[in-house]
Amino acid sequence: MSGRKRTLEAFSFEFVMTVTAIIALIIIIAPSLVVLIVSFTSGFSLRFPPPGYSLRWYAELWDAWQLHFAAKNSLIVALWATGLSVLFGVAAALAISRSQKLSARLLDSLFMSPLVLPALAFGLAALMLFSLVGMPVSPLTLVIGHTVVCVPYVVRNTVAALAQLEPTLLESSAVLGASRLYTFQRIVLPLIRPGIIAGAFIAFMSSFDNVPVSLFLRDAATDMLPIRMWQDLEGKLDVTIAALSSVLIIATVALVAIMERATGLSRRLTN
Amino acid sequence: MGTAPASRDVTSYGMGLAAPLALFFLVFFVAPLLQLLWLSLHNDTAALHWGLGQYIHFLTDPFSLGVLGSTLLLGAEVTAVCLVLGFPIAWLYQRVGPRLQTIIILIVLLPLLTSVVVRTFAWIVILGRQGIINATLQSLGIIDTPLKLLYTQFGVVIALAQVQMPLMTLPLITALGRIDPNLDDASCSLGAGSWRTFFRIVLPLSLPGVIAGCTLTYAAAITAFITQSLVGGGQMLFMPMYLYQQASTLQNWPFASAISIIFLLAVLAVVSVFTTLGRLSRGFGGE
Repeated sequence: MSGRKRTLEAFSFEFVMTVTAIIALIIIIAPSLVVLIVSFTSGFSLRFPPPGYSLRWYAELWDAWQLHFAAKNSLIVALWATGLSVLFGVAAALAISRSQKLSARLLDSLFMSPLVLPALAFGLAALMLFSLVGMPVSPLTLVIGHTVVCVPYVVRNTVAALAQLEPTLLESSAVLGASRLYTFQRIVLPLIRPGIIAGAFIAFMSSFDNVPVSLFLRDAATDMLPIRMWQDLEGKLDVTIAALSSVLIIATVALVAIMERATGLSRRLTN
Repeated sequence: MGTAPASRDVTSYGMGLAAPLALFFLVFFVAPLLQLLWLSLHNDTAALHWGLGQYIHFLTDPFSLGVLGSTLLLGAEVTAVCLVLGFPIAWLYQRVGPRLQTIIILIVLLPLLTSVVVRTFAWIVILGRQGIINATLQSLGIIDTPLKLLYTQFGVVIALAQVQMPLMTLPLITALGRIDPNLDDASCSLGAGSWRTFFRIVLPLSLPGVIAGCTLTYAAAITAFITQSLVGGGQMLFMPMYLYQQASTLQNWPFASAISIIFLLAVLAVVSVFTTLGRLSRGFGGE
């Protein structure tokens, strides 16, 4: 009697949890699938399911020079911001990762703070500072702003990779007569490289997708892709945006798959 | 004998390597925020007269306070939805084999790396007048006229919950992975049912993950202004858009600065409340 009650009770728990989890996973994945399907519509609206299927909106996208221009700008800024983030971030991570000093902990908090502070407030603040010192907004100010909000990802992933490095490896290398630079090149860098690459990848994606900082720090001539898309969506619901979104979704899936193979991205984000 | 090189710690690097980034942050992150604070303490746009006028204006203006209140409420609603939906995902993750684990983690991860504009756009397609929900309900004959889902609080909460779900789920997966599975069995063999074991053992032990997830989700939800403005539309105003309107359209920089500072403080207050809870729960969770 009580045994049956127990199994019923256990079953109800497993059932509720599993069904909720599956619903949640569907909610997560469904929007991307919907965009992919709608982008192949033959009609003019975002009606779902589409009345028919065609590649017409991809042809439109092929000719949408404004979007191409914005995409190129976003790509260039993201590459620069990622490069600078890796340069500054890896050096800083080396300095603070194994140090127990208070200054190291404080710097760590400072370098992480752009992650929690509203990026829009930072964008406005940076714009005011640039205008105070008479520096007009330009691609340069964009790269600086993006670097500030992207560098935390590189620092965090590099620090995590360094934390897993065996100190004895470094000691052995030193005992065997290797210089610090040689040890770094031959031992440290190869071991933390996947961590750096994972951090750089997340930094790149977040720069490419950034709106709040770009909104304040770009000049009129520098259109950025997410802002262009946002403004297009505010005005009219254009199916070309669905085609573009699909291209971005496919590109993201491909990049994540590559990164998963190269760096074990998913393990890094759940540890 | 060269004792100096031997005594030197070869496993750590000098703090000097952090100097370039520290300097970069000082000039381009700390200085701007200080200037933001400085400007917010002026009563006029030319920044000639010191005073708390901007803050008094905000804190005595029912409209501004309403925007702040609805933003904080929005964050709470989104965080609650993410927790209720995210926890079962993390629970399921611990129960399935490695192959399914990889699939689950990639499903959770993908939205995090997909452009926010793209994810929000998807919700416009789903919630719109001709969107999936309305089309399905109409074809089933449940409703005659399309429901208004877009530009509603419900729409904003569900869209934001989907957009921010990874931030909740990833720390939960980590936290649940650290719980000794024997505790589950022990609780059950001592006579506690599955529900009781969950609420008395699993949930308390995963509190550090819950709190980490809530912090990230809340901070992200209240600052996510693309999703807020596109799904919420013109009628619903939240803090980020309010800030942007004041700064960009109205060029009222001192007031926009005050909004930023108030918003910053609100985010910091929430984060520190959660961090304190996290510290308390860690003693509890016995990490």
